Amino acid sequence: MISSWPLLSVITFLPLTGVLFLMLIRGNEEAIAANSRLVALWVSGFTFVLSLYLYVGFDPEMMGYQFEERADWITGSGISYHLGIDGISMPFILLATFLTPLSILASWKSITHRVRDYMIAFLVLEVMMVGMFASLDMLMFYLFFEGVLIPMFIIIGVWGGAERVYAAFKFFLYTLLGSVLMLVCMLVMYQMAGTTDIPALAAFAFSPEIQFWLFLGFFASFAVKVPMWPVHTWLPDAHVQAPTAGSMILAGVLLKMGGYGFLRFSLPMFPDASEYFAPFIFVLSIVAVIYTSLVALAQSDMKKLIAYSSVAHMGFVTIGIFTLTEQGIAGAMFQMISHGLVSAALFFCVGVVYDRLHTREISAYGGVVDAMPRYAAFFMFMMLASVGLPGTSGFVGEMLVLVGAWEASHWVAILAATGLILGACYMLWLYRRVVFGRAEKPEILEMVALDRREVMIFVPLTILVLWFGIYPATLLDVMAYTVSDIMANVASDLSIQTVMR
Amino acid sequence: MEFSQITISAALPEFILISLALVMVLIAAFAKQSETDGEGSIKMVRTLSLLGYFAAFLALFSVPDGRVVLFNELFAVNDLVIYMKGLILVGAFFASWLVSEQWGEGVDRPEFHLLVLMAVIGMLLMVSANNLISLYMALELQSLPLYVVAAMRTSSLKSSEAGLKYFLLGALSSGLLLYGASLVYGSSGSTNFDAIASSLSGGASVGMIVGMVFLLSGLAFKISAAPFHMWTPDVYEGAPTPVTALFAIVPKVAGMTLLMNVTYSAFGNITDQWMQILIALSVASMIVGATGAIMQQNIKRMLAYSSIAHMGYALAGLAAGTPEGASAVVIYMTTYVFMGAAAFGVIMTMRREGTPVEKISDLAGLSASHPLLAAAMMVVMFSMAGIPPLAGFFGKWYVFLAAVNAGLIPLAVIGVLTSVIGAFYYLRIIRLMYFEDSDAPLDDGASHQNRLVLIVSVGFILLFFFGIGALSQEASSIVSVYF
Repeated sequence: MISSWPLLSVITFLPLTGVLFLMLIRGNEEAIAANSRLVALWVSGFTFVLSLYLYVGFDPEMMGYQFEERADWITGSGISYHLGIDGISMPFILLATFLTPLSILASWKSITHRVRDYMIAFLVLEVMMVGMFASLDMLMFYLFFEGVLIPMFIIIGVWGGAERVYAAFKFFLYTLLGSVLMLVCMLVMYQMAGTTDIPALAAFAFSPEIQFWLFLGFFASFAVKVPMWPVHTWLPDAHVQAPTAGSMILAGVLLKMGGYGFLRFSLPMFPDASEYFAPFIFVLSIVAVIYTSLVALAQSDMKKLIAYSSVAHMGFVTIGIFTLTEQGIAGAMFQMISHGLVSAALFFCVGVVYDRLHTREISAYGGVVDAMPRYAAFFMFMMLASVGLPGTSGFVGEMLVLVGAWEASHWVAILAATGLILGACYMLWLYRRVVFGRAEKPEILEMVALDRREVMIFVPLTILVLWFGIYPATLLDVMAYTVSDIMANVASDLSIQTVMR
Repeated sequence: MEFSQITISAALPEFILISLALVMVLIAAFAKQSETDGEGSIKMVRTLSLLGYFAAFLALFSVPDGRVVLFNELFAVNDLVIYMKGLILVGAFFASWLVSEQWGEGVDRPEFHLLVLMAVIGMLLMVSANNLISLYMALELQSLPLYVVAAMRTSSLKSSEAGLKYFLLGALSSGLLLYGASLVYGSSGSTNFDAIASSLSGGASVGMIVGMVFLLSGLAFKISAAPFHMWTPDVYEGAPTPVTALFAIVPKVAGMTLLMNVTYSAFGNITDQWMQILIALSVASMIVGATGAIMQQNIKRMLAYSSIAHMGYALAGLAAGTPEGASAVVIYMTTYVFMGAAAFGVIMTMRREGTPVEKISDLAGLSASHPLLAAAMMVVMFSMAGIPPLAGFFGKWYVFLAAVNAGLIPLAVIGVLTSVIGAFYYLRIIRLMYFEDSDAPLDDGASHQNRLVLIVSVGFILLFFFGIGALSQEASSIVSVYF
């Protein structure tokens, strides 16, 4: 029965019904706030439950796209309403629908003014995120990809910290600047191929000269989103200023849009250019891994430190993707999902103590373990996952990326591995300064232990991180076929080109 | 001259409005004896003009299909012209609808609605002009009432300055246009667009090209394309707000259609000659519009620059010189009318203690005091910035698509880059409304009439992606008259 529904459309647009409900709520301010939270949580929770069916009904051994939907949109123009998922988009959809209710829960108490608007923004954001991963039409992809900016701009700008206006503008304009260059490339591709259908474009052979330019245009957009060094500077500002839940979604899902874009567009559509630019991307990624790790070491603001660590971790993702090996791509995918969970949890860790002490300065803390032992345990687990401890999901992704990188170039693998060491340095040091030591300040000892709501957020994240670490096949099997499909296409394109030369 | 059935039905919208104008002249002349009567006549004239626009809009459906040539080939009506006339009438309806009976600012006179009506007649004639003489006459019929309404707030120095500036520069541009027309006539031996087009089948003489440049400059002034945009910010700022709303919504549509008519039909054989001019105008407008608006403090002035930028984008589609380009212009102008109506629907609601305010900073904290109004303005601003999935994005998509298809990739790149600069000042408005607080909130709520415009136009912007398929098909079918 459920299989006959247009399930992807339902999942994508279901949060809009929540928006509608939210707009209809009447009453005094408190009642509106309380009901808004509940409506948003229920709607996003229900969306998550529905999206689980995507996992259950997904056949990992099937080639091509599943749950496909196609409808007429702009007749006769090659632009249609086309949704579908494969092994690389399905995990991201689940990640987005999973993190949205958690982040709504995370802002349960910390957001007190304009709760209704906040929840509307989050639900709209969910629509945009899921829609983007589910789109199989380039124009639709762009609509959702850019549409994300609207709610995120509002979330950072209205509920952010002291410098929120600057951060929101920087986030918006930086990302927009990258995206419009991609837009021009999309127009060129549409003109050449006569369609915006992603599967058709992936099958279309763009000449190597054109690929060169198209790749750069898409790169401008995705590199900003990932973000890659040196266009990462919007990220620390946006993260530090965004409210906790905003950071969770930003790091958890929005950063993955760049990596997903590389896998969905750059590799299948511009294989020659991808090969050509791979060394260039390795250089940028290694700089990102090492340089931002060093920068993270120097931070005195917890959120900023984790933000820089995100840049470093995403450096691994770009290395993995452009090794053009199966291990590398699978590792990059795994790393993205893992980072989505771990960084969301880490930002929530910061949010938890921020709610209590209202500062993000590392030096203001110390000895938190005395007051909040359970928090210290969760934080430690997530910190170790971020460092890449075996048994956590962080290890699997980094390991696979390094294996792929070793195949591509020994030097890349060696240099990237130094990033792992630096990562351990700044994370362990952060943990020591915040959690251990003697609790000298009286306000630290007065910190309230984790309440049930906060535990409810940590537990599912912890379980998943642990599960993926112990049994990574859950995730790897889902995407194995798609990854090898992408690789096979890239390899055959490249070999054809070599023969022709 | 013969008045056949076809002639009458093809010119029915104009006939309706002209007869209405005659009636309104009488009302305005005789019903101004006392204060109370004055108010009554304003109400009557306003209602009549609204009904007139509505009736003229309905009359558009009686216009026969295909190309109809009227009055010794002075005018030509085709599907594109009918569509653009519909757009003009919708815009005029919005602009008049937004003016309440007691607006103030010197527009509380029956003459205001009368003059606007005359200008609208001028615009309708403009878009169907098929001859340099009828073009000039229609253009002047449009411009002269607009000069007057721009200066209507007699108590304000700025308004008088706006009117005078508009008049002087407008007269200069009319002179340029007339001079160009005479050169074109001298080279081709005819003032008829079809005859000019056929005389150009073997290429253009120097006189013809010089004449065309003058002609296009005159028209560029009317749509306020840079570098002929100097009057726009001052007139937008100085004119009474209802007049600014009118300027922002309607005449650009007529001007753009006329420009399209002249380039695609009269000069359709020398595309490569005017393409460069339009590209230059487009690039200049996009840059001037995007950079000029950044520092503005007055929202009307900011929207003036914004409209310059919008004309730049529309011109980028026109410059392509292809069917896609023409239909992109049609789509762009459609979204433009609704965005303009929505923006002024909000601006004309901005009042503090009863008096209209127009500083951008007056919008501060709007989202707290007027959530729905602020949401409407936010949608309009994101749409004008070209952020998907709103209407403004699709306008830009089609324009840049046409430019790319015509091989004008650098133009598209400049276009998207200036749209990022433009996004900055649209975001500034959203920042004020949402991120900042105000100690002096605006007066309560929008009036019912403003609300209607807002619901229609914001709904249009939000739900545009449902209709884009139908609209793009319609647009590409109506522009086929040129190709």
